[in-house]
Amino acid sequence: MSDSPADLKYTKSHEWVRTLADGNVEIGITDHAQSALGDLVFVDVPEAGKSLKAGDAFAVVESVKAASDVYTPVAGTVVEGNANLGSQPELINSEPYKGGWIMRLKPGGAPAGLLSAAEYQAHLAAEG
Amino acid sequence: MARRTPLYDLHVGLGARMVDFGGWDMPVNYGSQIEEHHAVRQDAGIFDVSHMCVIDARGPRVREFFSRLIANDVAKLQQSGKALYSCMLNERGGVIDDLIVYFLDENFFRVVVNAGTRDKDLAWMRAMAPQFGVQLTERIDLAMLAVQGPNARTKVISLLPEEHRSSAQALEPFFGKPLPMKDGGEWFVARTGYTGEDGFEIMLPASEAPSVWSRLNELGVKSAGLGARDTLRLEAAMNLYGNDMDENQNPLESGLSWTVSFENPARDFIGRKALEALKDAGLKNKFVALLLEDRGVLRGHQKVVTAAGDGEITSGTFSPTMEKSIALARVPRAVAAVGDRVQVDVRGKLLNARVVKAPFVRNGKILVS
Repeated sequence: MSDSPADLKYTKSHEWVRTLADGNVEIGITDHAQSALGDLVFVDVPEAGKSLKAGDAFAVVESVKAASDVYTPVAGTVVEGNANLGSQPELINSEPYKGGWIMRLKPGGAPAGLLSAAEYQAHLAAEG
Repeated sequence: MARRTPLYDLHVGLGARMVDFGGWDMPVNYGSQIEEHHAVRQDAGIFDVSHMCVIDARGPRVREFFSRLIANDVAKLQQSGKALYSCMLNERGGVIDDLIVYFLDENFFRVVVNAGTRDKDLAWMRAMAPQFGVQLTERIDLAMLAVQGPNARTKVISLLPEEHRSSAQALEPFFGKPLPMKDGGEWFVARTGYTGEDGFEIMLPASEAPSVWSRLNELGVKSAGLGARDTLRLEAAMNLYGNDMDENQNPLESGLSWTVSFENPARDFIGRKALEALKDAGLKNKFVALLLEDRGVLRGHQKVVTAAGDGEITSGTFSPTMEKSIALARVPRAVAAVGDRVQVDVRGKLLNARVVKAPFVRNGKILVS
């Protein structure tokens, strides 16, 4: 069973969203997603200042097996991409909810349609 | 439902992530593909390759049968146990499969073909066998283990009965040997593999495979999945059927010219006429190894952009040993010299790559820079 902390929100496409104290949001991929991808070897993170619409692909994560897009459920402006992932993409495997965050975003609107941890777990169970 | 090897329950018990591979439920990794990869390069790993198909071919004209069936020449097989890698071609010179054939004696050859192609391979071989009086037996009673890495042979030999240790130790690369066991069973141990490392491939009674696997684990041999097998073979620049070549590609433009033997003009192997016509007309493409110089990961089907036209990546990955992305590609012949620069369309961005001499890695050492 994969881990999904109760204080985060989730998407059906396996991203997580954390609201930070300054009002910005931090986005990464879930434990389930990193486990399915396998060892991460390359992450293309977005540049600060980039403007995103909800549903835009903002990053590419590549494992030894495959490349996947990561989507933002929240519109806004990129504050920073996680520069550590350039040299340590495996942070996404080892700590998907901490050092493996992918970008911080200044939200341009309220996020909609996000799942709670329990709802995300139910979604995973339904996906089989 | 996908087929299962005799080791299925063991893989699940070891926590493997199982995936469908050519109709088989196979372990892709047991946790970390990269750790499994490094274990094989630096020590020893074990792969379940029981999904591959072992076929015994018997009859007094079995040599003649293979001389017609495959593009490499079984006349090279004169010592018992010697193995030969070859393509099996259709009349158009396209690759039906790649395989390894072992010469045991003049009445008995053993051939190992790929999992995803076993049904069509068997149909093709069975259609031709009667005219040579050859009997084909699919050895579904056997499991097949690949134990690979610099310490693999020593660890396997320690499991063998005393009376077989010295002959297993003495096996030369690309030779195999049947080892009769006291219980009436038989192991066939071959110094072959698909990783670019030393090691053995072992065919043994299916019922014995799980306990042998566990004993090798206890000796420190790491369970390794198909994911690591793919990155290891790509570093060794070994072709994968279905990716690097198929029925619509010929071996001469798939990096496999070295496996096609035209030397004996009298040998009429299937596909020979088509390949000779292609050579006379002039081959258009060449098969090359690419090293990515920019950051990113090369993948199969990405477009290779060159001054002489476009090519295509047939297999690409991230090399755990080199920590760079590597690929095999089919490109226009005019640009395919070692050192040539090309660009690859990686998800809409053109990244810089360089043609290098294959293989990338062999016996634990990086050979390109």
